[in-house]
Amino acid sequence: MLQKNEDNERQRSFSRRGLLLGGGQALLLSGLAARMYYLQVIEADRYKTLAEDNRINLRLLPPPRGRILDRFGLPLASNRQNFRVVLVREHAGDVDLVLNALSQLITIDEHDYKRVMREVSRKRSFVPVTVRENLTWDEVSRVEVNGPELPGVTIEMGQIRDYPFADSMAHVLGYVASVAERDLTGDPLLELPGFRIGKNGIEQKYDLPLRGSAGTSQIEVNAYGRVIRELNREEGKPGDELVLTLDGGLQTFVHQRLQGEVSASAVVMDIENGDVLALASVPSYDPNAFNIGLTVKQWNDLINDSLHPLTNKAIAGLYAPGSTFKMVVAMAAMKAGISPDHRVFCPGHLTLGRSRFHCWKRQGHGWVDMHDAIQHSCDVFFYDTSRKVGIDNIAAMANQFGLGDKVGIDLNGEKAGVIPTRDWKLANIGEPWQGGETLIASIGQGFVLTTPLQLATMVARIASGKQVTPRLTRGVRADGDGDDGVGAPQPVFGPLDVPLEHLRVVREGMDAVSNNPRGTAYRARISEEGFELAGKTGTAQVRRISMAERAAGVTKNEQLPWRRRDHALFVCFAPVHKPRYCCSVIVDHGGGGSAVAAPIARDILLETQRRDPAGRRSLPIVATSQIAENS
Amino acid sequence: MPADIFLATRNPEITLRQKFWQLNWGMVLLLTVIAGVGFAMLYSAANGSMTPWASRQIMRFGIGLVLMLTVALIDIRFWFRYAYLIYFGSFALLGAVEVMGDIGMGAQRWIDVGFVRLQPSEMMKVALILALARYFHGLSSEDVGRLSYLLLPIGMAMAPAALVLKQPDLGTAGMLLLAAGAVFFCAGVRWWKFALVIVAGLAAVPIGWQFLHDYQKARVMTFLNPENDPLGAGYHSLQAMIAFGSGAVTGKGFMQGTQSHLNFLPEKQTDFIFTMLAEEFGLVGSLGLLGLYFLVLAYGFAIAFRARNQFGRLLALGLTTNLFLYVFINMAMVMGMFPVVGVPLPMVSYGGTVMLTIMAAMGLVMSSYVHRDVRISRRGTAEV
Repeated sequence: MLQKNEDNERQRSFSRRGLLLGGGQALLLSGLAARMYYLQVIEADRYKTLAEDNRINLRLLPPPRGRILDRFGLPLASNRQNFRVVLVREHAGDVDLVLNALSQLITIDEHDYKRVMREVSRKRSFVPVTVRENLTWDEVSRVEVNGPELPGVTIEMGQIRDYPFADSMAHVLGYVASVAERDLTGDPLLELPGFRIGKNGIEQKYDLPLRGSAGTSQIEVNAYGRVIRELNREEGKPGDELVLTLDGGLQTFVHQRLQGEVSASAVVMDIENGDVLALASVPSYDPNAFNIGLTVKQWNDLINDSLHPLTNKAIAGLYAPGSTFKMVVAMAAMKAGISPDHRVFCPGHLTLGRSRFHCWKRQGHGWVDMHDAIQHSCDVFFYDTSRKVGIDNIAAMANQFGLGDKVGIDLNGEKAGVIPTRDWKLANIGEPWQGGETLIASIGQGFVLTTPLQLATMVARIASGKQVTPRLTRGVRADGDGDDGVGAPQPVFGPLDVPLEHLRVVREGMDAVSNNPRGTAYRARISEEGFELAGKTGTAQVRRISMAERAAGVTKNEQLPWRRRDHALFVCFAPVHKPRYCCSVIVDHGGGGSAVAAPIARDILLETQRRDPAGRRSLPIVATSQIAENS
Repeated sequence: MPADIFLATRNPEITLRQKFWQLNWGMVLLLTVIAGVGFAMLYSAANGSMTPWASRQIMRFGIGLVLMLTVALIDIRFWFRYAYLIYFGSFALLGAVEVMGDIGMGAQRWIDVGFVRLQPSEMMKVALILALARYFHGLSSEDVGRLSYLLLPIGMAMAPAALVLKQPDLGTAGMLLLAAGAVFFCAGVRWWKFALVIVAGLAAVPIGWQFLHDYQKARVMTFLNPENDPLGAGYHSLQAMIAFGSGAVTGKGFMQGTQSHLNFLPEKQTDFIFTMLAEEFGLVGSLGLLGLYFLVLAYGFAIAFRARNQFGRLLALGLTTNLFLYVFINMAMVMGMFPVVGVPLPMVSYGGTVMLTIMAAMGLVMSSYVHRDVRISRRGTAEV
């Protein structure tokens, strides 16, 4: 009985405390429930995002780079398949063994071997490592046939830039190469392994439109980064197809024609719309080599070559224009009120103060007017005239013809050249202008420096009377097959501030240079009816011509070492009575303009007129204004 | 009459058949459903395969079911009589782990007896509660109030806890002490003594910190600030919470959990299996399972209140509290409310010993229900 009471009391105590304990446990369980609510309802979105971030990786799909076409649609830069051998460690097993077997089939040099071993040890076992790129068909088939003996080895296809014309277009097109540290802009595309960007020429200038935009591939990965499957794929936008003004066939012709010389450059333009039809500079280089990757030696050879194959001399080579500058001086004189009929007696030299300035023809030209002076390239006439006109008037006229400043071609690296004035000399040399320097400048020597492109522009303006500006890009290829130039109006150029009569005097002088039997370039004329050209020779001395040197008389060119010989220049347009094309040619250290440069220019202009690119239907394009330049 | 006690069939008051119908079939059903959830999750964890986990787990559950029912049908006086023996047996096994235990997961926890890896620490949890229940059964209310009577049970609880802590297994040691504390509390130990222990315990925290292993310290630090080191020690905690939260209300669907199937989730078939459930079935699933556990626990408490002997009461309550500790610590741990201490989710996580000991424990709880009206004298002889 006692124990029963005792037990009842224990039971009551137990029940009290048991309830308390149970209540406490229930409370804690509700805490768990609250936490579940917090995580799965209130914070659910945040964790969902985190879970997605965990499992989904975005991969960029590099877009195919836009092709570059000539005006008729001929591909100048395109993409071709690039076969590469990749190795996956986890399938290969013994990497060393597999690489050895592979090296029996394709050449793997020491450098590649070490790189592969390094990458294999660093990357995760399922990440493919590129063993070699640019396999030939032969090599591809050898690897494929021996597949069973090469575990973990596969052939992958990628795209690589291809320049079918190799070195003949290199200076216009430029090249693509791997992205350097300083090129990184935050665009993730640039960080893709193997991605190439334009490094020079058109490829560089229009890199952005050519590049296109990347596609994306959403892939599901597990905690170790292994790809499980592709969830979504968005194709990128391929790069724009860029249509140039170049005529690929003509460009090849020009390049080949120049190849006979050690170092030369030439520009062919349409004088109506400024289309650059050909622009060449030799020696050149093969832009394909840059894609594949140059060896250190190849690169050093290129940059240490004294002929500067990497430089586009047509836009970046600075040359004294020599006698090709005389048309500008003639027009400056007419503008200053000197009649074209005004005659000057050339005894073979002109004396200014105590200096004597020689004409190139020692015995002199006798009485010459402006027409004769251009035809015979009489230096004394221009010495005399320039004295009256003054350097600043000559410079103003030169500027109107595109000299002394960049013409604004869509290539990087264009040089502005120099057209000296009194102020310019004071500012840049720090000395006042001397009268004799005007004389030197009047025959395109001394401080005057121009590029072949500027000279071509000058001729285009003389021949058309308009402010022609050269261009290299017509636009982006239109999708449809519309009419020529749909939506892309031809450029319209305003007239020059030069009276037509003045232009006519100069043009007739140039006509006489080539077509008058006593003209300086008569031997390099075009005799085919209707194709005749009008031109002007130039022979520019390389050494800075001091007045003293000029006074001492001309040294025979052939006696000089090559590097100190004169540059040979020729500028011309054709057909002479209905001008459409113009051309400038400079042969470095070539000697006389009439003997060396004029025949080349003649061949080029004849070929140009035969091909007549302006008369043929060119590729439809969309407006040029839509192309974003990348400078 | 040991045979009498053992078989209990000859007990005139209640036959084996009657006992069988007295079993808590609702409890059995609840446990089966919970185990079923476990099978489904293990099937999913293996990416839709019965091997390697689900089939073995089902087999173990079968064995566990037989074990549970057998334990439940055995007369409670048998368990009363052998309580101390079981305690010492388990204690001896626990000591043996120190000598011949395998090294696994950085802690010595298993004895390999061939067909199953025994975890004496798991068995100890049941054995300690058995022994304490028996001890307090023999004490009167006044005795419980005396400190001298408490020294022995304190020693009974501290000795295995110390051994487990040496393994080292912080979670199990803590669970042993907490479950023991629950028995002490319901046995009627005075409030102020608990207050004293709590104050002393808090004071000991800085001292105890010194004795922790580096990885244990790291776990605690990680718990305090998991996002501090998302790829290092905090990785598991953070990934578990991401899995949990991203399940949202309805979940990603069975076998559709991205976190678990793409291996972001650690130990998804054992300690973190609840996260996987939460990811695939959302709040519906996680609350659902919590509800099932709640019902089992409520059942356990109800049984404890129904028992008419102190041994049965304390046994049922202690073992139910033990189950509660498993559930609470595991869920709190995977939800980032508690440091990662390696406590599995009972009946659901993959693992043999835990499942068998939990089912044996629930068998004991049921036994105290089946034998709720049995009277046991202070010394342990049966009274009618």
